[in-house]
Amino acid sequence: MEFIKPGINLDFVGKRKIAYSISGALILISILALFVKGPRYGIDFAGGSLVQVKFAAPVEIAKIKDGLRSVEIENATVQSVGDRRENEYLIRTDAADVSAKEFTPALDKALEAAAGVKVDIRRVEMVGPQVGTDLREKALLAIFFSLIFIAIYISGRFEFKWIQSGIVAVALGGAVYAIHTMGFSLAILVWAALLVTLVLFWILGLKYALGAIVALIHDVTITVGVFTILEKEFTLTVIAALLTIIGYSLNDTIIVYDRIRENIKKLSKTPIGAVINRSVNETLSRTILTAGTVFVVLVSLFFLGGDIIHDFAFALLVGVVVGTYSSIYVASPIVLTWEERAKKK
Amino acid sequence: MKRFSIRLVIILVVVIAAIVYCIPTFQPEIWPHRKINLGLDLQGGMHLVLEVNTDKVVENAIERYSQELRDLVRKNQIQSLQVERPGPYKIAVKIQGKENIAKFKELLEKELRDLRLSNRSEDAESYSVGLDLPDKESDHIKKLAVDQALETIRNRIDQFGVSEPDIRRQGDTRILIQLPGIQDTQRAKDLIGRTALLEFKLVDEAHDLNAALQGSVPAGSELLYKVDEDPATKRVTRTPFLVKKNALLTGASLTDARVALDSQYGEPYVSIEFDKKGARTFERVTGENVGKRLAIVLDNKVYSAPTIQEKIAGGKARITGRFSTDEARDLAIILRAGALPAPVTVLEERTVGPSLGADSIRSGLISILVGGLLVIIFMAVYYKWSGLLADFEVLLDLLLIGAGLAAFGATLTLPGLAGVILTIGMAVDNNVLIYERIREELRLGKTPRGAVDAGFDRATTTIMDANITTLISAVVLFQFGTGPIKGFAVTLSIGVIASMFTAIVVSRLVFNYFLDVRKIKRVSI
Repeated sequence: MEFIKPGINLDFVGKRKIAYSISGALILISILALFVKGPRYGIDFAGGSLVQVKFAAPVEIAKIKDGLRSVEIENATVQSVGDRRENEYLIRTDAADVSAKEFTPALDKALEAAAGVKVDIRRVEMVGPQVGTDLREKALLAIFFSLIFIAIYISGRFEFKWIQSGIVAVALGGAVYAIHTMGFSLAILVWAALLVTLVLFWILGLKYALGAIVALIHDVTITVGVFTILEKEFTLTVIAALLTIIGYSLNDTIIVYDRIRENIKKLSKTPIGAVINRSVNETLSRTILTAGTVFVVLVSLFFLGGDIIHDFAFALLVGVVVGTYSSIYVASPIVLTWEERAKKK
Repeated sequence: MKRFSIRLVIILVVVIAAIVYCIPTFQPEIWPHRKINLGLDLQGGMHLVLEVNTDKVVENAIERYSQELRDLVRKNQIQSLQVERPGPYKIAVKIQGKENIAKFKELLEKELRDLRLSNRSEDAESYSVGLDLPDKESDHIKKLAVDQALETIRNRIDQFGVSEPDIRRQGDTRILIQLPGIQDTQRAKDLIGRTALLEFKLVDEAHDLNAALQGSVPAGSELLYKVDEDPATKRVTRTPFLVKKNALLTGASLTDARVALDSQYGEPYVSIEFDKKGARTFERVTGENVGKRLAIVLDNKVYSAPTIQEKIAGGKARITGRFSTDEARDLAIILRAGALPAPVTVLEERTVGPSLGADSIRSGLISILVGGLLVIIFMAVYYKWSGLLADFEVLLDLLLIGAGLAAFGATLTLPGLAGVILTIGMAVDNNVLIYERIREELRLGKTPRGAVDAGFDRATTTIMDANITTLISAVVLFQFGTGPIKGFAVTLSIGVIASMFTAIVVSRLVFNYFLDVRKIKRVSI
C-alpha cells in the first residue's frame, strides 16, 4: 500500500514565495492577536482559583452563582464540563483565597444550599499571584532554553561547526546577560535572545540551524496565535505541549535535512534548489505517514482523554499540522534562500 | 551469526528485566518491588506550596532583644533611657545624662554585641542610637526558621499518618508538600499551617479589664480573647482577657502531649508534660502565684485561664476547651511536633479528589487504547508483515515505559499518560523511517538483504538525530516543570529511548532472522 507514489516530484521549493507569504501572514496575525487581544492566562500564570464540583442532580448555573455570591465570590465564571449528564462544573475566580482555612467547607455548604442537591468538590486549584509570576518566568525560560540548546545541537551536528556554535552560545549568553542587567522583563529578554540567535546564525552561515529555528518559532508562534484567537487558556500543560511541538517540529525538519545532506554529497552537480526539492519529495511519504499516526492518536486523546487534557491535545494537534507544513514549506526553502543570498555576494 | 546471538541476548535481558519491573504494579504479591507511582492528579491528593513568613522571625528576634534590653536596663539601674521601636526590624534608644550613657555603652559592649549600631548621635548630655540585626545574622535566622519549619511540618505529617508524603524545600523560603491519597484536606491543612505557639501567661488582675477594652491597655499587658463555639447552636462567644505580655513558659519546654478523656464529663482534653527545666519553672511560677489565674494561650487565643490552687510539681498540665476527639488529637500532634518558628501562608494548592483521579485514569487508558488500536491497524495494513512487527514493537515500548517508570521510581501523571499516547504515535515513526528507506532501496533494484542493510544503516543516523532533539526538549521540560509536567517529560524520554531500541535493535534482529535463517526471498513491506 502506498499513499505517496514513488518518484513523485512536486515543486515545493519553487512555491516558497507563496509559502513565505502565507507563513508571514499567519505569524503576523498571531502576533497581532497577542498584542491586541492578549493571551488568556490560566490560573497557573495569572493566579486565582479553580474549583471543580459535581452535583447529584442537574443545577442551573445561575443558582451556582447565587451560592458563590453568598460566600463573597462575585465575579466567578461557571462552566459546565464533560458530559452534560454528569452535572459537573468548573468555577473560576481571580480570588486566591479559596484555599484559605474554613473556605472549602463554607463553599460546600453554600453550594448545597443554593442548588438544593448534594455537591462533591472534586478538584481545587489555587495559585497565589507570586507563584503565578514565578511559573510564567519558568515557562518562558523553558521554551527559551530548549530553543537554544537545540540550535546549538543542530549547528554542531549538521555542519560540524561546533566552534561556531560555541561562539553562538557565548555571544548569546553575553547578550542575555547584558539585556538582563539593563532590567528588561523576561519576555523581552527571550525575544531579544531569539533575534540575536537568528542574526548570529545568518552571519556565521549556520543555514540549517537558521532554518530549523525559524521553523520552530513559526510553529510555536502560530500555535500560540491560534490559542489566543480562540481564547483558550495558557496553562502549564499547554506550555508542555508547546515544548513537545518544538521537539516534534524539529524531528520533522531534521529528517528532511538529513536527506538534503546525503543528497548534496551524492548529486554534487545538481543545483542546490533541485537537491533540496528532491529531498523534500523523497521524505514526503514518511512526513505524511508520521504526521498521520501522531494526528490519529492526538484526535483520540482530544475526544476521549477527558477535559483536563483537552487543551493539551488541542495545542499538539495544531502544532502537528503547522509543524508538518513548516518542515516542508519553511525549514528547507530557508536553506535555499540563504544559499542564494550567499552566492550573490 | 555471532552478532545475531549477542543481539538476541541483549534483547532478552532487556525484555525480562522489563517484565520483572512491571509485574509488581499489577500483581504485587508475586515479588515485592517498587510499583509505578501514580501522580496526585491520578490517585488524588493534595499539593501545597507554603511560604514561611521569615520577616516575622526577624521581627520576633528584634522584639526579644528589645525585651532583653529593657530587662537589662532595669537590672543595671540605668535612668532616663527610652526604648522605642521605629520599625518592625529596629530598636531606637535615647539616653540622657553622662553616667547613664557610660553605663549603657558598657552594656552594649558586654551583653548586646550581636546588634548592629546605626544613626549614632552624641553630645555631652544625650546619646541616641539605632539597633538592628546585621544582614548576615538576619539571613541566618531566616534560613534556620525555614529549616525548622520544614522539620516541624514533617513531624506533624508523620504523626498524622499519611503514606509516602513528599515534603521538601523549594527556593529560599518555600516548602512544597505533597500528600497522596489524603481525604480530609481541610484537616490536613489546619494541621500543617497552624503556628501552634503555646504560651502560659499570667492574667493581669491589677488593672481593669473594662478600661483596657476602652483602649487604655497598660504597658506590659495585652488583650487576648477566648473564642467558644456552642456545638449545638453554632453561636460564637468571645471572652476578653487582659494578660501579661511576658510568657512564663512556652511550648518549647514540652516533652509530650497526648489526648485524654475527662473522667467527669467524658470530654477530651490534651495532657501535656514539661521537660525538667520547664517543670521547675512551672513549679516555681505556680508556687509564686497561688490564687492568681494562669492563661493558656495558643496562637494568641486563650484556651483556658484556671485559677492556680496550689503549687504544681511534677511538670504536668492539661489544656481543655470543648474539643472534639479529632481536634484534641490534632492539637496533641501539633504540640508534640512543636511550633512553627514563623507563620506560613499557602501560596499554591492543588487538590484532586480520588474519584476525579480514577476518571482521569479511565479516560486516559481509553484514549491510549483507541489511538493505539488505530495506529496498529494502520501499520499492519500499510506495511503488511513488517507492519505487524512494528505493532509488536509498540507493545514492547509500552512494556518498557512501564518498566522504566517503575525502575527509576518516576511518577505517572495525567500528562504522562498523554506522553504515552504520543509515544505510540512517534514510536512508529522510527519504523516508518526504516521501512520507507527499505522500500526506496528495493525500488532501486537491490536484493532484500542489501535493501534491508542499507535501509537500517541510513535510517539509524536519522533516527538518532531526530530523537536527540526530542530528548533535549524533554530534559528541559523536566528541569523547569512541576509535578505533572515532570511526569510527562519522564514518560516522553523513556518512550523515545524505548522506541529507538525497539526500532533499531529489535527490528534488525527479526529482519536478520527471516533473511538469514528462514532465507525468505521477498520482504513483506
